[in-house]
Amino acid sequence: MQLYLPIAEVSVNLFLLLGLGLVVGILSGMFGVGGGFLLTPLLIFIGIPPAVAVATQAPQITGLSFSGTLAHLRRRTVDIKMGLVLLAGGLLGSLVGVRIFKWLSELGQVELLVSLCYVVFLGVIGGLMFIESVNTLRKSRKPGTVKRRQRHVWVHRLPLRMRFRTSHLYISAIPPFVIGFFVGILSAIMGVGGGFIMVPAMIYIIGMPTAVVVGTSLFQIMFVTAFTTILHATQNYTVDTLLALLLLVGGVVGAQIGAIIAVRLKAEQLRIALAAMVLAVCLKLAFDLVVTPSDLYSLAGA
Amino acid sequence: MRGLLGALMLLASLGIARAEEVVAGLNQNQVSITAFFDGSEIFVFGAVKREAPPPAGAGPLQVLISIVGPVGPVTVRRKERVAGIWVNTDEVIVDRAPYFYANASTAPLREMLSHTDQMRHRIGLQWLVDLRGAPAGIDDPFDFRDSILRLRSAQGLYSELPGTVRLVEETLFDVSVPLPANLVEGDYTARVFLTRDRRVVDSFETAIAVRRSGLEDWIYRMAQDRPLVYGILSVFLALGMGWAAATLFRYLRP
Repeated sequence: MQLYLPIAEVSVNLFLLLGLGLVVGILSGMFGVGGGFLLTPLLIFIGIPPAVAVATQAPQITGLSFSGTLAHLRRRTVDIKMGLVLLAGGLLGSLVGVRIFKWLSELGQVELLVSLCYVVFLGVIGGLMFIESVNTLRKSRKPGTVKRRQRHVWVHRLPLRMRFRTSHLYISAIPPFVIGFFVGILSAIMGVGGGFIMVPAMIYIIGMPTAVVVGTSLFQIMFVTAFTTILHATQNYTVDTLLALLLLVGGVVGAQIGAIIAVRLKAEQLRIALAAMVLAVCLKLAFDLVVTPSDLYSLAGA
Repeated sequence: MRGLLGALMLLASLGIARAEEVVAGLNQNQVSITAFFDGSEIFVFGAVKREAPPPAGAGPLQVLISIVGPVGPVTVRRKERVAGIWVNTDEVIVDRAPYFYANASTAPLREMLSHTDQMRHRIGLQWLVDLRGAPAGIDDPFDFRDSILRLRSAQGLYSELPGTVRLVEETLFDVSVPLPANLVEGDYTARVFLTRDRRVVDSFETAIAVRRSGLEDWIYRMAQDRPLVYGILSVFLALGMGWAAATLFRYLRP
């Protein structure tokens, strides 16, 4: 059954959209990532204009992360104070990101920007994750040394120190603010929540306890993507609510199924599978940038 | 004297042209793009009204039906390899190009209509896709113009449909022109031409309004006219759905 999307102005199969939402939802439930980095390229592959795909991801992610944040709030695994500092940076980043997006959109370079960002970030993150998972798998075969998490790095000694009770930290507010800022930019440009950057940064740079990392990042993502939605809607007119809601239906159902599957699999195997998937998307996008396109010309309505 | 002669000749030619008149209609003058819009069809039908039998020795009567949709400028970009990757570098704005174009006829355009008459009545893509000037530094602006023809044909937006019009006894004709699913809102025109000996004998023109309707229209208008309200509403709808999902699954999976 075909569905005409009012903002994207394309007709897309309804079940294809629900299916995409479901599959990405399952993956996000399994791996604990938002799945935006998979969905944005997939939407572009099925013919949604890149500007609409990126902007529409924002409300989609708001809905998904709200559902996740509620669960974490109930379990008290959200560091709200840390979340607010990350959020302050995120809002500013989103403002900057949407500006960059609008500017490049007028220059006709948005597709390139989105692809390049994806190739760089997915390549780096996927590569690091892959190497680390392989190393841990190897180490786990011969038990013994457990690496201790480094509690204090130089960035913690910057000014503006704050006490974060939930995370048991007394550190400068600057690093979380800066991390939030970068994630905000990425969220606006790439149509992602940015959890795949923020979670490792929270663990390795801020030094937060793993238990509160996911809940806190979801908390930040929810507000930043809500803000990004409003910015994209008012500046670029590219948010397709109908598309977002359909993806959300598949997404929330898929996330629950994914969470059930995840319990039955080993964490390390999951990590390697996720890394392989991230690298596959990265390679596909890199390939498309390099290979000669079927038509060098493209049209944009004026 | 010369003026009078000219007027008389014009009258005479009009008299010949009027010998055969077209009477035509469409099955719909209003196409609604609803949520489940999956393309449509415009059925064009009509008849040829004759005061007298066609002049002896005249060529066969041909019918052409042209449907053209919202005309406007189009930005065409061309990619070039820069440092190994393909980047949009050159840009040309083509002044006028229709979004949709379909030419249904009883015979190929070239055979049924002279070049002069194609130009006079602006029939055929050659006259409809119009590039007036190109920015300095682009040597081949017409490649950009031609790419519109190529890309839109590939998307099913431009089509030549010779031989699709059914003509019975040089009097009754009909054709069904498909409209693709990727249609956009706007004002379209449908024109019917009768030709003989590669010249236009008579023509008829009518408008087709393609409009979003229902939910589609409501969402689009709000996104355009009240973007802030629309953005906030989008967020709340998403939050509502997220909350509903969280609540539902809490009961399902305690």
